[in-house]
Amino acid sequence: MTSATVLAAAGQVSGGEEVTFWILAPLALLGAVGMVWARNAVHSALWLVLTMLCLGVFYVLQAGPFIGMVQVIVYTGAIMMLFLFVLMLVGRDASDSLIETLRGQRVAAVVLGLGFAGLVGTGLYRALDGVQAVGLDEANGEGNVQGIARLLFTKYVFAFELTSALLITAAVGAMVLAHVERRKADRMDQIATMKARFRPGNYPGPKPGPGVYATSSSVATPARLPDGRLTDRSIPEILPVRELTAEETAPKGTDK
Amino acid sequence: MNPVILAAQDPTLADFGKDPWWLVLGKILFAFVVAVAATLLGVWFERRVVGRMAVRPGPNQAGPFGLLQTLADGVKLAFKEDILPRKADKVVYFFAPVISVVCAVTALSVIPFGPMVSIFGHRTPLQVTDVSVAVLVVLAFSSLAVYGIVLGGWASGSTYPLLGGLRSAAQLVSYEVTMGLSVVAVFMTAGTMSTSGIVAAQGDGTRLTIGGFDIAAPGWYAILLLPSFIMFFIAIVGETNRAPFDLPEAESELVAGFQTEYSSLKFALFMLSEYVAMVTMSAFTVTLFLGGWHAPWPITLWSGANEGWWPMLWFFGKVIMLVFVFVWLRGTLPRLRYDQFMRFGWKVLLPLNLVWIMVLAGLRSIEDWQTRDRLLVTAVGAGVLLLATLFWPSRKKELKPSLQEQADTRPYGSFPLPPMDLQVPPSPRTKRVLAEREPANVVAGPDSREV
Repeated sequence: MTSATVLAAAGQVSGGEEVTFWILAPLALLGAVGMVWARNAVHSALWLVLTMLCLGVFYVLQAGPFIGMVQVIVYTGAIMMLFLFVLMLVGRDASDSLIETLRGQRVAAVVLGLGFAGLVGTGLYRALDGVQAVGLDEANGEGNVQGIARLLFTKYVFAFELTSALLITAAVGAMVLAHVERRKADRMDQIATMKARFRPGNYPGPKPGPGVYATSSSVATPARLPDGRLTDRSIPEILPVRELTAEETAPKGTDK
Repeated sequence: MNPVILAAQDPTLADFGKDPWWLVLGKILFAFVVAVAATLLGVWFERRVVGRMAVRPGPNQAGPFGLLQTLADGVKLAFKEDILPRKADKVVYFFAPVISVVCAVTALSVIPFGPMVSIFGHRTPLQVTDVSVAVLVVLAFSSLAVYGIVLGGWASGSTYPLLGGLRSAAQLVSYEVTMGLSVVAVFMTAGTMSTSGIVAAQGDGTRLTIGGFDIAAPGWYAILLLPSFIMFFIAIVGETNRAPFDLPEAESELVAGFQTEYSSLKFALFMLSEYVAMVTMSAFTVTLFLGGWHAPWPITLWSGANEGWWPMLWFFGKVIMLVFVFVWLRGTLPRLRYDQFMRFGWKVLLPLNLVWIMVLAGLRSIEDWQTRDRLLVTAVGAGVLLLATLFWPSRKKELKPSLQEQADTRPYGSFPLPPMDLQVPPSPRTKRVLAEREPANVVAGPDSREV
């Protein structure tokens, strides 16, 4: 088919593929390590983006251009973007704390992680050493996209539909949990809000600001009405009313 | 799928990857120069057109017709102080505009500018490269371009940019869905994802014979897939952050959104990426829906219209037309509110797109039926749809009470209203003075006037 198929033809590695691999493989590893080591959550996510982009190029090298592009569009473009969205809301100064809650946990994690990586790596190496890939030309015979589509909509159609049903259920569930249902009667449009504002019993003007005195300019200090009383409407409801001393509540004379 | 009759000048995937290195380099340079020149001229074009729409001349001092205005602005921008906010994340702050520009420019590499031409004896397509999933490459770059804006907003370390970045993340992810779905209709009709293949598929319209005349029906997908075209264009306006969807940099709400803290060359890079993205997306639309480099109808009567270097002219003509539409939208429409914008994307564009794709799939699945059956099925479907829209029970509108009735039914003690007829009765405290004056040069009798 195209040059992409030729690149990954069974059993031989072309020069271009090798060069691309040796440039991108260290970058992918760097991204993976950086993701674990970065203190800042957003930096972690960015390192992960680097690894995912490298993976996308690897897929293209392996004669799977469609899956490579989908990797970039779906994972890097959409899913990581939503991750970033949440991380940005967390705040930019949020960093990992380095206090170990379990003693020796970090050392154990490093040892076990390295051991697991070694096991998987050697296992894969021994399993795939000297294996000749066959059938790539047949699989990509009528085009990469068409080949994937044929499999998805014939052999794996049931698994595919089940997965999509699962994902939709999860999405709907998340929406139901997060959605605040408001009854139609409670919904106020602009005209209703305006009418409620001018209804008798409601003062349509702005509320009085909190008091600003020579002794205190706190927002918890209530303002004074023209007749000398303090008004609760001038301070936010969540703030406790500040207890003023007698000196503070006394009207400030100018005749001293 | 109709077998597409390929003309000699239509490149296929097999024609790519055979160029010598200097030709590849030349093509890349050409795409880059197109991007930069498009920005220089695009900013001037936009300011002139918006100026005409606002009945003022626009920039007309630097160079002929003010053509060098953007260059002057760019040079000025380059010599400005580059401010790095103290709370900024330095590395990310530096890379964000770079990501934006790189993504916008690189997407141009799979856009076909023209057919096979001969350059110094080499027959080569006027396109940097093409792959079997070229359309997805453009989508991938446009989805990566979001990172520039989002990271720029986050790394600035202040509130307005962060809000702009958050908005743009939500906006672009939402409108990317619509964009991808609109392209699906093109894939289904063209049967390929390579940009040169899609252009070739649009070059060959179905031939109809009506009353002895051989008429070439239009092959452009803007006509065949009109709903997709409209939704796609709306989506790319959202995707390029242009008015009326320029919420990430809404001046009236967020100062300048994600680029508030940027100055000097970094700000220039953001500007560059915005205009390059506008041109890239216009070129992408031309490729997908407007026949690419194929000449429009009256020109096709001339047999040499689609050969040699001429198609590049048609291509750039179409791109300029679309850029004009972008500018026109900006000059005409007010900015949408954020919730309206999101509702439009998810509740209008997305369902419409899905329904349209289903209808199109149905139409394609009956394509190999006999003509009579096909017509019957389509007619019955269309008839049912028509009847349903005709007899759909409409919600009965309650008669709104008149203003006077509303005013009369207000509870006792309501806020005082001015009189409805707006005739303010004269205050009894006003002293009425009658001024007797000698008429100046009027022949009429003595005039009295109330003061």
